[in-house]
Amino acid sequence: MTELTDQKQSALAAIKASPTLDALEEQRVAALGKKGWVSLALKTLGQMGPDERKEAAPAIQAVRGEVAEAIEAKKAKLEASALEAQLAAETIDLTLPAPEQPKGSIHPVSQVMDELAEIFADLGFSVATGPEIEDDWHNFTALNMDESHPARAMHDTFYFPDKASDGASMLLRTHTSPVQIRSMKEQGAPIRLIAPGRVYRSDSDATHTPMFHQVEGLVVDEDIHLGHLKWTLETFFKAFFEREDIVLRLRPSYFPFTEPSVEVDVGYSNEGDRRVVGGHGDDDGHDWMELGGSGMVNRRVLEFAGIDADKYQGFAFGLGIDRIAMLKYGMNDLRAFFDGDPRWLAHYGFSPFDQPTLSAGVGVRP
Amino acid sequence: MKFSITWLKDHLETEASLQEITDALNAIGLEVEGVEDPSESLAGFRVAHVLTAEKHPDADKLQVLSVDTGEGDPVQVVCGAPNARAGMKGVLGLPGAVVPSNGMELRKAAIRGVESTGMMCSARELDLGEDHDGIIELPDDASVGHSFADYQGSSPIIDVAITPNRPDCMGIYGIARDLAAAGLGTLKPVAIPSFDASGDCPVEVRTDDPEGCPAFYGRVIKGVTNGPSPDWLQQRLKSAGQKPISLLVDLTNYLMLAFGRPAHVYDLAKLQGSLCARKAETGEELLALNEKTYTLDDTMTAIADEAKVVGIGGIMGGEETGVQDDSTDVLLEIAFFDPATTGVTGRKLGLATDARTRFERGVDPEFLDEGLDLLTGLIVELAGGTASEAIRAGSPPSEAKIVAFDTGLTKRLGGVEVADDEQRAILEKLGFEVADDWQVTCPLRRNDIEGPADLVEEVVRIHGLDKVESVALPRVDGVARPTASPQQMLERKLRRAAAGSGLDEAITWSFLPEDVAEHFTATDDLWKLSNPISEDMKVMRPSLIPGLLLAAKRNADRGAGVTRVFELGRRYFKGKGDASDERATLGVVLAGEKTQRGWANGKATSFDAYDAKAAAITLLEAAGAPTARLMVMGEAGEQFHPGQSATLRLGPKNVLARFGMIHPATLKAFDMDGPVAAVELFLDAIPAKKASKGPVSFARPSFTPPALQEVTRDFAFLVPADLAAEDLLKTVRGSDKTNITAARVFDVFTGEGVPEGKKSIAIEVTLQPQEKSFKDKELKAIADTVVTAAEKVGAELRG
Repeated sequence: MTELTDQKQSALAAIKASPTLDALEEQRVAALGKKGWVSLALKTLGQMGPDERKEAAPAIQAVRGEVAEAIEAKKAKLEASALEAQLAAETIDLTLPAPEQPKGSIHPVSQVMDELAEIFADLGFSVATGPEIEDDWHNFTALNMDESHPARAMHDTFYFPDKASDGASMLLRTHTSPVQIRSMKEQGAPIRLIAPGRVYRSDSDATHTPMFHQVEGLVVDEDIHLGHLKWTLETFFKAFFEREDIVLRLRPSYFPFTEPSVEVDVGYSNEGDRRVVGGHGDDDGHDWMELGGSGMVNRRVLEFAGIDADKYQGFAFGLGIDRIAMLKYGMNDLRAFFDGDPRWLAHYGFSPFDQPTLSAGVGVRP
Repeated sequence: MKFSITWLKDHLETEASLQEITDALNAIGLEVEGVEDPSESLAGFRVAHVLTAEKHPDADKLQVLSVDTGEGDPVQVVCGAPNARAGMKGVLGLPGAVVPSNGMELRKAAIRGVESTGMMCSARELDLGEDHDGIIELPDDASVGHSFADYQGSSPIIDVAITPNRPDCMGIYGIARDLAAAGLGTLKPVAIPSFDASGDCPVEVRTDDPEGCPAFYGRVIKGVTNGPSPDWLQQRLKSAGQKPISLLVDLTNYLMLAFGRPAHVYDLAKLQGSLCARKAETGEELLALNEKTYTLDDTMTAIADEAKVVGIGGIMGGEETGVQDDSTDVLLEIAFFDPATTGVTGRKLGLATDARTRFERGVDPEFLDEGLDLLTGLIVELAGGTASEAIRAGSPPSEAKIVAFDTGLTKRLGGVEVADDEQRAILEKLGFEVADDWQVTCPLRRNDIEGPADLVEEVVRIHGLDKVESVALPRVDGVARPTASPQQMLERKLRRAAAGSGLDEAITWSFLPEDVAEHFTATDDLWKLSNPISEDMKVMRPSLIPGLLLAAKRNADRGAGVTRVFELGRRYFKGKGDASDERATLGVVLAGEKTQRGWANGKATSFDAYDAKAAAITLLEAAGAPTARLMVMGEAGEQFHPGQSATLRLGPKNVLARFGMIHPATLKAFDMDGPVAAVELFLDAIPAKKASKGPVSFARPSFTPPALQEVTRDFAFLVPADLAAEDLLKTVRGSDKTNITAARVFDVFTGEGVPEGKKSIAIEVTLQPQEKSFKDKELKAIADTVVTAAEKVGAELRG
């Protein structure tokens, strides 16, 4: 037995000292292999008598267990350090750049159009569209601007040489108002809609582009009056700018398609070179800024659109989308809107995941 | 329209301050566009007395003045004006004052070594005229030390925008009337200087065009002396931005600006015989007062004597018959020209004048006699002469509009309660006659009044729009209902899908240069503008790709490495009966470096046709198109690389998209470097989802994954080099529709081991066991079926 103990001691020492997995394997074969000393010792049990075996077997088994355990432990240790060494060799420079995913963007005009749709949907307005190449009946005549109307000349209209089948001149719509006519003709009253889209004026300078965007609003029902118009615009601007201190000033004005006609101003202040909407325009450091035209739909327009003007009345308004987008998000150059410069689009554009919702607010913070 | 407060106060008795006046103007709908206050621009300039004038020691042309400013010791001023001399009174700008003409701030400075405290000013320096020959000389009684602005009586000038519906406010008197109605003072009656009229008018006047010129009044004044106008008149005209010309011309301008009443004065010596308003003959010419020659046609109203046309009715008189400084006998014309005719003529001739602006909006038909007398009185008073009796041809419109008014409409339409008394008072102050039964007779000058809504506007604007309270629109119970149409939902989703795939949304012009537009369409029925703003913006786009290419080019020219842009907008075509056919379209352009050169991959890579295909499929998928059924076919268009472009179709005729590489010739035409990939999705071609009937259901079909796991088998075929991979896949998929659920290419190879004219295509076929797992025998049978089917398209299994 002493021999066995000695063998065990030296084997354990050798196992402990094994520098590699191969060396350890040699120790395993030497001890536990078919011809290993532990295996040989086990074989001696067969030749023993029962009593002797009863005494020797546990001792040999214990040695076997002890050696096997030592080998396993050493193996785990050696494997761990081998892995460590391997991983150390696999080190890479993570300061190097990863492959880039291009980030796309939504144009501010589209974003603001979605914001408009979201806010006005809550007020029960649907979104209507119409052709951009219009005939002069829808663009002018039905809006109470007959051929000789001086206001026609003020519209800087783009014309086509073509005539519609009924002889009407074809033109690029100068405002979104023809959508009012088309929608009322199709749907009748009552009606609540907004109509955003491209409009065109033959005008080009630092602050005007020959193409820009407008949104038309129209409400026709039995008891609609100027107070509703004021509330609607106030409510919209409060939601759009997420400010409670929006103050509107209504001024009498003139549009052939509304009577009475009202110009809408909003109070603002200058912060640096930027206009910030909010506050009363007559307060210190504040002023008024024109936002758009509006008024009660002229009964002639209702009649042109086939609405019973004795029963129904309503209001309409028009706002410049590019302009309110600039006011909200701080752009200062309208021309850049239509340039397609990726730097500008990345700077002023929006993540596709910034879908306006009422719960998150319809504005996107920088 | 510009006018000074002084001028306004000629007609309005008021104590209101400038601020109160401008606030009131805005409140009643006469929008203030600007206010110039000379007392601000002339701050720091005062009346000063030159005590002594000595020659400058070091400069021949300069003098050193000692100037009394009215307070403290006299100051020393160096002055170069030849008329500067001891004893005179003039205008001194003190240090700190800003010279109005050039914005320069005056400082104490040494001029040629002599200290100068301030500057004696010329008229030009103070923006008071052109005179710069010397400094302003003031009369001896000018009070030294007084603010020059006060001394001069310069009054603030207000610029208001008059809307086209207010012809009555195209004169200051009308504005005064509106202000008086708004409670800002009392309107003064029109003061007409008295004159004696004797004898019939020696010139016959008639109108042969009662439509274009229903009324033509006139009068001759003989023995007038023309010349410069008096100061009060010059000041008023200047405040309105009108240059004084001569007394007679200035007086007609005065009448127009003060009362909105254009008039004309002819030099009688240059007229031949009677004067007549008639239709022009086509081709008749007139050298007008602006020294340009206009050719008239027979729709236009002309004024003519017996020899020639002498004026374009309501727009401009003729150069030859106008008054000169030496004119002595004159004929006055006060006429009523038809608004529509005047407008059409003006537009045709491209001639905008102050007279036209007034006539085409409609002048006051009740102010012809008064206007003529006023002009006559002023001329006789200021230029002398003897007036004849007036001569009148025709008559202006005289039928007043009567509107039955229900005062309750003010609340129902205007949203504000105004007492009946107040409504009546407002209307009456504006010149309406209100009967006891609320039949309202409109003054003829208010041709904008059509019905009760207009009277509501009058009442509300004078009562105050600010008194209209906000009233909430009634809203539906509960949560707002969805409003977006299927098309809107599609566009919103597609737009965000495109941005989500790494594309920047651009908005480009709807119009293109003609050659570019024509390059991008096979049809010739494009919309071409008659009056484009420039040749680059002439034709409505038939494709979204060119606008995006132009943007990509601009970006490349700016040094951008890559442009990944899309636009969601319309293409414009001619539809039936020349109506517009506008089709929702999405365009994509991928230009520049897809990936920059990098440490991992080495060289930069360009976009290829598969990038375009990926974008097309991804976006069609987002748009809800049945992408599994799409066929890849040719004919993407001549703008595309013929071998690297395709269309995606549902059925042979319905093209949903085109994609591929832009043709090198197209790139050359755009002066761009390639390669550039592009995609165009035709949203109108995507079949609409069938709307489900009955209540909306959001439930999807049950999820039933197959019980058994799928297996895959690989096949490598040698196929003819020109065989489309899709043809092989389609054949393979179709060979056993029960078991084969998918087949995809995982390798395409030509080169060593592949015979000339062939290519190797390796495909992975996915098999889905149904009830039981496949047995080896079954798998073998399926494989045989696949191979047999593939042989039909010329594919042989590689050994």
